[in-house]
Amino acid sequence: MEAHQPVLFLFGASHQTVPLAVREKLALDATRATALATRLSQTPGIIEFALLNTCNRVELYGVASGPAPLSQLTAAVAETTGCAPAELEGILQLRQNHDAISHLFAVASGLDSQIVGETEILGQVKGAYDAALARKWTGPVLNRVFQKTFQAAKHVRTHTRIGEGQISVASVAVDLAGKIYGDLHPVNVLVVGAGDIGLKTAQAFQSRGARSITVASRTLSKAEETAATAGGWAASLAELPEILATADVVASSTSAPGFVLSEAMIATAMKRRPARPLFLIDLALPRDIDPAASGLPNVFVYNLDDLAKIAEGNLAQREAEVARCHAILAERTVALWQQVARSLGAVD
Amino acid sequence: MSSLPTDRALLWLGAFLYLAGFLTGLTALLRRTPTSHRRTWLNAILVAGWGFQMAGLYVRGLAAGGCPLGNTFEIVQFVAWSAMVLYFFVGTAFRVSLLGLFTAGYAATLALVSLLIPAWDASRSQRIFGSNPWIELHAALAVFSYGVFGLLALTSIMQLLQNWSLKHKRLNGLFWFLPSVVQLDQINTRMLGLGVLILTVSLGVGASWWMRDTASVDQGKLLVTVGMWLAYLIVLLLRWLAKLVSVRFAWVCLIMFIVALLSLGPINSSRHHAVTLTPSDR
Repeated sequence: MEAHQPVLFLFGASHQTVPLAVREKLALDATRATALATRLSQTPGIIEFALLNTCNRVELYGVASGPAPLSQLTAAVAETTGCAPAELEGILQLRQNHDAISHLFAVASGLDSQIVGETEILGQVKGAYDAALARKWTGPVLNRVFQKTFQAAKHVRTHTRIGEGQISVASVAVDLAGKIYGDLHPVNVLVVGAGDIGLKTAQAFQSRGARSITVASRTLSKAEETAATAGGWAASLAELPEILATADVVASSTSAPGFVLSEAMIATAMKRRPARPLFLIDLALPRDIDPAASGLPNVFVYNLDDLAKIAEGNLAQREAEVARCHAILAERTVALWQQVARSLGAVD
Repeated sequence: MSSLPTDRALLWLGAFLYLAGFLTGLTALLRRTPTSHRRTWLNAILVAGWGFQMAGLYVRGLAAGGCPLGNTFEIVQFVAWSAMVLYFFVGTAFRVSLLGLFTAGYAATLALVSLLIPAWDASRSQRIFGSNPWIELHAALAVFSYGVFGLLALTSIMQLLQNWSLKHKRLNGLFWFLPSVVQLDQINTRMLGLGVLILTVSLGVGASWWMRDTASVDQGKLLVTVGMWLAYLIVLLLRWLAKLVSVRFAWVCLIMFIVALLSLGPINSSRHHAVTLTPSDR
């Protein structure tokens, strides 16, 4: 009888390989995730495992006693999700040993994410590992692999520019405000217009601890509605000159045909608070804020094009860093695989 | 004066370490080394440089029998030393990004220029403070306040760069690491207040002795010193009243420091009892 060496494996699907409609079928809620884990823990030959279940991926990382138990994985997923095994053929990817480590490193570092370089995935990988550790699904091999994965992800994040720069308009605006004000806690945000983009910008500032959010709109009821969603106050456009004097950040996104904030109105407001900078974000087309206001001292005007250009630059910068990250991770993958290969021999 | 070669050697070492700190910090910044690593290395080099500079000034002070402020060379060295002391406090307290790099460049420039211009160290005033420690305190505080104004000029440059980058939407590279506009403005205001306070105390101490012997101080030096103090005081008041803010405030602080540096010449030349240093002295 042929003796098989244990294998480290990754089995699953992600946004890279499977379209959204299929991922919806594979999605695991808490009940399904528990059912799959129970099924795996009862599968002979599956020695260790951890389940990474996010909106973009369902991936199983584990150690099997040899290639034979791996054939059970498709059946386990099919049973849990209710899909026919034939339906899953070609959808679920299997990677082994060195390739499995390489993939986990890339996932945890955000290289495999839809938004390259995002950090949320590392928390999700940590959560998946913690859950598996608490339930004693992991053992010496996966424990080592995950610990080294966290180190590798941290190394890549601190030694490359993969996580630098925001890539959504609202986040770029918040980052820019940070360059003007530093701490955003004392910042008063004024949103002009009750549209979706203004709301998103207000929420982005609120998530960074802005002191107050005021929503001003031509229709007070709309302003109240948006203010309630954003956790702020409502005001009418008539109050704009008064509110402008106390605002630090103004995000304007009305559908007005002309300027809502004229240079004269901004200059008047600045006379009442000359030492405090004013950050004006024009999210409207046609523009709401007179660009001539950028000539005023302590006034910084950014429009949609400016923000989009910064976001594009950040994304391009991140993508340019991907190759560097892969090179760093490749070295670490080889080193870890050498250790894991020895451990797998011991498991055998 | 036999110790002078030693003190200049120490001061050269200090200046080179400041330069090394600046180059190390700049390289680390360009290579995107993590901020904590960059700061640790830079600060270690700057502390070493500062130690050598202080040792050099100490040896010189022993030879001079008092605070080494006997010529332009010594005053400029002391200004660089003061700026570095302030950086260690301000940089630690506010964790101002890139201030270490700017201070290293500034201190290296002052220290190296002073060492490279022999005329600045060709002669020095002997026993300029007599045996009066109060006059020595007055002089040390006055020069220290110039160190504060020097650092203020650096943070003003940082503010001008940050403002320019935000206005022109050039936010890549070095600009991204600069502190925020508000943070720089707060630091500038506090630094100006501190400088004016130290200079006021210095002039207060000096004035109390000058009243007893008005002929002891040259009129030119008196005018220049009081003029600088008054100018800085007016700038502080204007900033406090929010009449001078943002970029204009930063420009004024920068220009004022250039004027203050230029005023060191007239102040120093008004001293009495200058002694020419012979080659054997050096």
